[in-house]
Amino acid sequence: MITKSLYQEVILDHNRKPRNYGTLGNATHQAVGHNPLCGDHLDIGLRIEAGHIHEIAFQGESCAICKASASMMTTAVKGKACSDAETLIREFREMAVGTLNPGGPHHLGRLTVFAGVRDLPTRVKCAILPWHTLQAALDSVATASTEAEEDPMHVTIGDA
Amino acid sequence: MQLMEPGLESPLTREFDVARIRGDFPILDLKVNGRPLIYFDNAASSQMPQPVIDRLVRYQTTQHANVNRGVHYLSETATAEYEEARCKLQRFIHAREAREIIFTSGTTDAINLVMHGYGRRFIGAGDEIILTTLEHHSNIVPWQMLAEEKGARIRVVPVNDAGELLVDQYEALFSERTRLVGVLHVSNALGTINPIKSMVAYAHAHGVPVLVDGAQGAPHMNVDVQDLDCDFYTFSGHKMCGPTGIGILYGKAELLERMQPYRGGGDMILSVTFEKTTYNTLPHKFEAGTPPIAAAIGLGAAVDYLLGVGMESIATHESSLLAHATARIGHVPGVRIIGTAAAKTAVLSFEVEGVHPHDIGTLLNQEGVAVRTGHHCVQPVMARFRVPATTRASFAFYNTIAEVDSFIESLRAVREIFVP
Repeated sequence: MITKSLYQEVILDHNRKPRNYGTLGNATHQAVGHNPLCGDHLDIGLRIEAGHIHEIAFQGESCAICKASASMMTTAVKGKACSDAETLIREFREMAVGTLNPGGPHHLGRLTVFAGVRDLPTRVKCAILPWHTLQAALDSVATASTEAEEDPMHVTIGDA
Repeated sequence: MQLMEPGLESPLTREFDVARIRGDFPILDLKVNGRPLIYFDNAASSQMPQPVIDRLVRYQTTQHANVNRGVHYLSETATAEYEEARCKLQRFIHAREAREIIFTSGTTDAINLVMHGYGRRFIGAGDEIILTTLEHHSNIVPWQMLAEEKGARIRVVPVNDAGELLVDQYEALFSERTRLVGVLHVSNALGTINPIKSMVAYAHAHGVPVLVDGAQGAPHMNVDVQDLDCDFYTFSGHKMCGPTGIGILYGKAELLERMQPYRGGGDMILSVTFEKTTYNTLPHKFEAGTPPIAAAIGLGAAVDYLLGVGMESIATHESSLLAHATARIGHVPGVRIIGTAAAKTAVLSFEVEGVHPHDIGTLLNQEGVAVRTGHHCVQPVMARFRVPATTRASFAFYNTIAEVDSFIESLRAVREIFVP
């Protein structure tokens, strides 16, 4: 019921054929997300120009919920202003933990297929991990423009 | 008249009737997502039968007070029942004396007690501790903390592709500096039963004591610590039909006596002045503060229950569940079993090609099937088998062949969602 609605075709499709999967050679921002609870990890790279996400790519090892969330996230934020992406991050997180009013105004569109995770507390982190990692990438120092080599920002979700 | 001890098996209880046994476990009647619960997460925690629940209620309603101090009726009753529970645990693992049974909060606590009480006193800079790849984090991390504090070194016994310890390599790890061996009796992730008796004998020939983490051993087989000759044996109540918050450290009396206390406080002292404190005798030296009295008595009742069913019967039934499940899961396409040791308890860890364990766990739950998914607190084992996580079905004596069949059908259905 709840679970079956979560594993609907759109999520299974993005899990099988993730969009924007791989690495960016010319990333300006990147971050690594990690969920020690299940060993999942995710790398996200962005090419940001003039406050817009021109390119985005991700790769990693994760469950279907996490991979589909990452895949749909990349299609949702590609070409958008960073500020719009941050709005989506906030709304997605609120939806996943159940504080967003689905009937109220929001910008999530098809991303509402993940609304069911709010009823699966152990899986909320799977759906949110890509979005936390995107936030970390947006907050990270632009690696291409720094002189000193900086570690990309790391995100860790959950506890071991 | 000679009364039969409740802890001893009678011939009448030998016949194994799983339907009757299931009737003792009220939680097994639960429906999850509209389906009958199939509880296959027994290696994480087992369920509690009605006689144990009743014992807890009887204690709380008619016997509770603090132990070891009051002269009133309830305190004397609680103390007698608490010490009787200790004797039941002593008989359960065939320890020589009741004072060799220390009540702890669980296996983790028991191992930490040995680390503080024995390790910090007798292990120093340059000394070596032998552990195995199979260890649960609870038998790794305390020793790493000690090694860091003292400048000691940890050596690790590798495993083969079946998940069995490489005994020749274990023996090759011994040196002049080896001070302790820590090994689990049974692997929680793979089910491997380790050759404890011969490993202990080898260690003793080198004058090295052995701590056996029995968390997955004690619930599933007859354990005789004198026969194993191990120096320490640790296990948890909640994995053997008892309550949470209670566990056992068995230690040979002469070792426990040489150890320093772990926690200071009430009950573990004979006299206290600000100049000098004299520690109490065993087992009280290691039981500072008010112990988990109800949980200890509940664990005593769990021991009675298990012995009533019979450890041999339990092992036989669980072994038939494992054999059936292993054969059936072998016919599900894309399944790889992780852990194929010749000697195994009823633990079935596996991966399904193209399906992440967490997705398997969530979808099996939809069918009422409870399994564990993740790294099972054994990240070195996951690394050894190059998997981030597995799905683990672990069986108990109250599980049935029909439940295994139902689980296999659900697993097939889950796979078809991802690999049409």
